[in-house]
Amino acid sequence: MSKKVKAAIIGPGNIGTDLLMKAMRSELIEPVWMVGVEADSPGLKRAREMGLKTTADGVDGMVPSMRADGVQICFDATSAYVHAENSRKVNAQGAVMIDLTPAAIGPFCVPPVNLAQAVAARAMNVNMVTCGGQATIPLVAAVSRVQAVSYGEIVATVSSKSAGPGTRKNIDEFTRTTASGIEKVGGAAAGKAIIIINPAEPPLIMRDTVHCLTVDEPDQAAITRSVLAMIEEVQKYVPGYLLKNGPVFDGKRVSIYMEVEGLGDFLPKYAGNLDIMTAAGLRTAEMYAQEILAGNFVPHATQAN
Amino acid sequence: MDLKGKKITVHDMCLRDGMHPKRHQITVAQMVDIAKAMDDAGIPLIEVTHGDGLGGASVNYGFPAASDQEYLTAVCREMKNTKVSALLLPGIGTVDHLKMAVDCGISTIRVATHCTEADVSEQHLTMASQIKGLDRVGFLMMAHMIEADELVAQLKLMEGYGANCVYITDSAGYMLPDDVASRVALARAELKPETELGFHGHHNLAMGIANSLAAVEAGANRIDGSLAGLGAGAGNTPLEVFIAVCERMGVETGVDLFKAMDIAEDKIVPMMDHLVRVDRDSLTLGYAGVYSSFLLFAKRSAAKYKLSSRDILVELGRRRTVGGQEDMIEDLALDMARARGTI
Repeated sequence: MSKKVKAAIIGPGNIGTDLLMKAMRSELIEPVWMVGVEADSPGLKRAREMGLKTTADGVDGMVPSMRADGVQICFDATSAYVHAENSRKVNAQGAVMIDLTPAAIGPFCVPPVNLAQAVAARAMNVNMVTCGGQATIPLVAAVSRVQAVSYGEIVATVSSKSAGPGTRKNIDEFTRTTASGIEKVGGAAAGKAIIIINPAEPPLIMRDTVHCLTVDEPDQAAITRSVLAMIEEVQKYVPGYLLKNGPVFDGKRVSIYMEVEGLGDFLPKYAGNLDIMTAAGLRTAEMYAQEILAGNFVPHATQAN
Repeated sequence: MDLKGKKITVHDMCLRDGMHPKRHQITVAQMVDIAKAMDDAGIPLIEVTHGDGLGGASVNYGFPAASDQEYLTAVCREMKNTKVSALLLPGIGTVDHLKMAVDCGISTIRVATHCTEADVSEQHLTMASQIKGLDRVGFLMMAHMIEADELVAQLKLMEGYGANCVYITDSAGYMLPDDVASRVALARAELKPETELGFHGHHNLAMGIANSLAAVEAGANRIDGSLAGLGAGAGNTPLEVFIAVCERMGVETGVDLFKAMDIAEDKIVPMMDHLVRVDRDSLTLGYAGVYSSFLLFAKRSAAKYKLSSRDILVELGRRRTVGGQEDMIEDLALDMARARGTI
């Protein structure tokens, strides 16, 4: 029987529960704790039924026993506002924090672009950017690895039903964090992000448009090859990551039109925006787990400062 | 209809909604010239922003001739009586843009969301409420897509976040006077009496004036329009026409009609790249319920992929696209072109 690294999920909402269902299938991660703040939360109940320990007292409810329970990786699926505190507390207990909120206090991680570097850097907190970032930054990077991109812009359109209260209250954090990720991970000199929420019924599948402006005339064949290769990389953990149209070339503009269908674990298939977050978060945790299991990395307690 | 003695505030859109037919290329000098003339004509409130609001500068919507900051700074400092507003669409612009616009001297911020998504404006309206003296407007777009009761529930959310005025916005120019009257009347009955109510029309079915009058009769006291109708689609409610009608009906706007007519004729019309009017494509917007600023994007994609722009617009309506989904247009055109063998 292969050994697994034990993990805790903070936030028993849609994202946390979908992540739990994916993590239950993982060969490297074993979810053991689900942390919430409301005793009657259906997410906590579900987690209990799946055999996890739960608390409704937030991270403080898990901290006293998390070392004894062997938790080495935590996922935060709460909100940007409480993330920093959550992270400080679990880091102090020697667990790596994978941040699914837009708080972005740790380095950004977009698996097919920079996961290897993030893991190699042994960061105790990594941030998964945003759903729109996970869906689009790989493609900005696919263009920028061919030639310089002066400007990268993404438009993420999500169904109203898949935009939870966190996203709605923090919509500015989405646009800021995604734009920053387009620059830092995508490699564009300047980044911009736009999010549109559409209430149509039946709910539309997440759509993403990526526009890049290249410094010189785009090498159409090389960019097309690079984009198609990158899409295959993302499809390894999000099979429903589909190229709808493009790359379209118009002067120095390169436009790519995508659709992201989720696996439909806990969240409906149209919510590809949420699925790509949980899938990317789990993929990141698995890479850390491989390093931990191989003895290359021992997560260490960090002092609160 | 008896509107005699009503007092309303008209709000000109030339320098914001009018940016759409100008592909956001109105220059700072043109803005200042037009704004000063509007100030002189007694127009109380004008909007100055990228067509898609603060932060709208993008590949998706078009890069403007100057930044929002440049436009706002230049216009605000020249105004004697006229106040300046800026539009903000959460998801495109952020509170950082809002703060910048306040620093430039705006007196009104209008936070716009799709009619069902008012809760994304909480962050911005709450922040705006903390700025002393700032007039805060919640602006629900594509208001034809939901029924009056659902719409009012969303307007109440905005009122709760701190909007002192809320708008029913006919972004597609689809509504008929009864649609406007029923929505405004219910809003008037359900919102706090001190909350102002506004209506923003598009003239795609030539209903701009009729709808605005219906709104005033049902209890709206702010009406958007633009001189010579410079705005997306077939334009906004032509403001000089509306002012003339108001005068005839005894509604007070405080605007000098002849000066307004002169600005429309001598400054706005000569500036148009194409005549903003009801034509085949803009009529299609109103008929099919499509966001008015999609017009030029559909025309461009139709030309590029050898399609009918009307077909593209009708399909966008069928798919219930919402404001801001300009990126959908080329994507859809490519699908249609492939299906029809034109590429």
